[in-house]
Amino acid sequence: MRKLLLVALFAPLAAFAAGGGYPLDRSPHDPRDMVSLQSGARTFVNYCLGCHSAQYMRYQSLTALGLSEQQIRDHLMFTADKIGEPMKGPMSVKEGKQWFGVAPPDLSVIARSRGANWLYTYLRTFYRDPKATTGWNNAVFPNVGMPHALWMLQGERRMEVAAGGHGHVDYKWSELSRGAQSATEYDATVRDLVNFLVYVGEPHAASRQTIGVLTLFALGVLFVLAYLLKKEYWKDVH
Amino acid sequence: MGAQLRALWGWFDARMPSVAEQWKIHAAGYYAPKNFNFWYFFGSLAMLVLGIQIVSGIFLTMNYKPDANLAFGSVEYIMRDVPGGWLLRYIHSTGASAFFVVVYLHMFRGMLYGSYKQPRELVWIFGVLIYLTLMGEAFFGYLLPWGQMSYWGAQVIVNLFGAVPFIGEDLAVWIRGDYVVSDATLNRFFALHVIAFPLVLLGLVVAHILALHDVGSNNPDGVEIKKVKGPDGHPLDGIPFHPYYTVKDIMGAVLFLAIFCFIMFFVPEVGGYFLEYNNFIPADPLKTPEHIAPVWYFTPFYSILRAVPPLFNSQFPGVMAMGIATMILFFLPWLDRSPVKSIRYRGVLYKSWLAAFVVVFLILGYLGTENTNVWGQFGFDAFFLDTKDIATWAARVCTVVYFLFFFLMPWYTARDKVLPVPERVTA
Repeated sequence: MRKLLLVALFAPLAAFAAGGGYPLDRSPHDPRDMVSLQSGARTFVNYCLGCHSAQYMRYQSLTALGLSEQQIRDHLMFTADKIGEPMKGPMSVKEGKQWFGVAPPDLSVIARSRGANWLYTYLRTFYRDPKATTGWNNAVFPNVGMPHALWMLQGERRMEVAAGGHGHVDYKWSELSRGAQSATEYDATVRDLVNFLVYVGEPHAASRQTIGVLTLFALGVLFVLAYLLKKEYWKDVH
Repeated sequence: MGAQLRALWGWFDARMPSVAEQWKIHAAGYYAPKNFNFWYFFGSLAMLVLGIQIVSGIFLTMNYKPDANLAFGSVEYIMRDVPGGWLLRYIHSTGASAFFVVVYLHMFRGMLYGSYKQPRELVWIFGVLIYLTLMGEAFFGYLLPWGQMSYWGAQVIVNLFGAVPFIGEDLAVWIRGDYVVSDATLNRFFALHVIAFPLVLLGLVVAHILALHDVGSNNPDGVEIKKVKGPDGHPLDGIPFHPYYTVKDIMGAVLFLAIFCFIMFFVPEVGGYFLEYNNFIPADPLKTPEHIAPVWYFTPFYSILRAVPPLFNSQFPGVMAMGIATMILFFLPWLDRSPVKSIRYRGVLYKSWLAAFVVVFLILGYLGTENTNVWGQFGFDAFFLDTKDIATWAARVCTVVYFLFFFLMPWYTARDKVLPVPERVTA
């Protein structure tokens, strides 16, 4: 226990951003873009849900993305029978651990712990690495256990690290094979997927802001009244 | 009908302490100085936040599950499936930080105007007890979402008790109810958070206010308004708390709620300071996060803990320093030897020390949220450098200043050149 305390408190701690210090791109997602959110949902159930879950999210709540229950049933519900069920993938934690070394994490709140920029960069920086068990490595998350699930879209790439001047690191990307999408199309696919993950992280975010505007307006009016009341009462205090 | 209601009221009033009497003592007949300024909002705001926390907490308890396997999921359930649940949760998480903001400003007010000095020592002591209880309350509550920071924060803090010589190990096990933070710990922290500590807190708040209303409020001039009374027996510089300060505090409360709502509705995480990003990862006893930082309101003391070097391989000196840093607040009324109360009539010595204290408190608070290498390392080697992290040394300097502010107080407050205090409050 004492050792743990030492480690936790006094050892020089590593930087917060786990990873090789690869610069993060700014995620261009737009939470009000319904088409983008729907496209992200499609990518999510087709490419992510095979291994990951979003177990705190129910299929039914996807109606908030402008989809009917029938559309959700027909196009998005591959892992559940009833619309009220959670978005659980078919892979158990035990199997995941056995197959990948670590169980694929649940993605319900991944956008809240990692941040959209991290996800947007991470999903676009997989590269071929013959030394890795899966054959894939990642610039943002070195030695990641996850293979490149979207490789058929992005294609295969190689990354070389060259030391530039002033301790600056240059990353050189080269293409090994073409994917089904162009670089621009792939960026858009990832943007939509990140958009969806951000939505899943906090489904009520939009109504939170709407209620916020109304509440602040009401408080503003109330403040004027409270100020005038106070002024009236304090007239006779000298 | 009216007569019957009055008769019923009379029946009650004859059988318990008269409500009218209490109302007179604590509101309509309680004369407060008329010159309260901005700093005097934070006492009533602290009570408001306490009320907010209790009410939102009751509703959260209806859906939260204090079980290591279910806790994290039940919080997400509240955030998604419980109608209005996300609002309750954000009210409570924003309220926790708001409570400390308000209490820190309230305490600073006391230091600005010498409100802890004779005859208000007991008011101050009850206040410090409230602050310590609040720290416990916040600490227990922070474990409940059962995220990585909840878990490892609790692990680190409970291990601090393990650093106590001889009985430490047993003490830590007794607190946890297990050898590591586990389901048993979560359950007892839940009990302490929702029942034990709120009860203590409420009792202390009552004592704090009873003591205050007995001796009377201080004011920005630090003069005793009871000394100059009018022919009606009321202080000439006093005004009845109700309606004057009730309407003024309502105004303050609305402004406060506007800021509160802005944070809650638009930036509830406050960049990871109110809700830490790592706490959206479920607790994993097998995976220590690379960076463990407590929530911002504990970080000044966490910095002090980290700054003190271990002695004979024991962290006990750091734990002691952290303990003394909070306990020393109890002695403030007797450490301050100044003949005047308010900063307005104090000399340059106290003003400089108080300014230094505020600066180091803020720096310590900031450094506690960061890694010790945040400001880089010294480029040279020296025999006394046990660590080359600049931030650790900065924290050490700040820690020394923090303690000197208190330890040297009897000396510099007694020697300070003070200004003459007026008879009556100034406008």
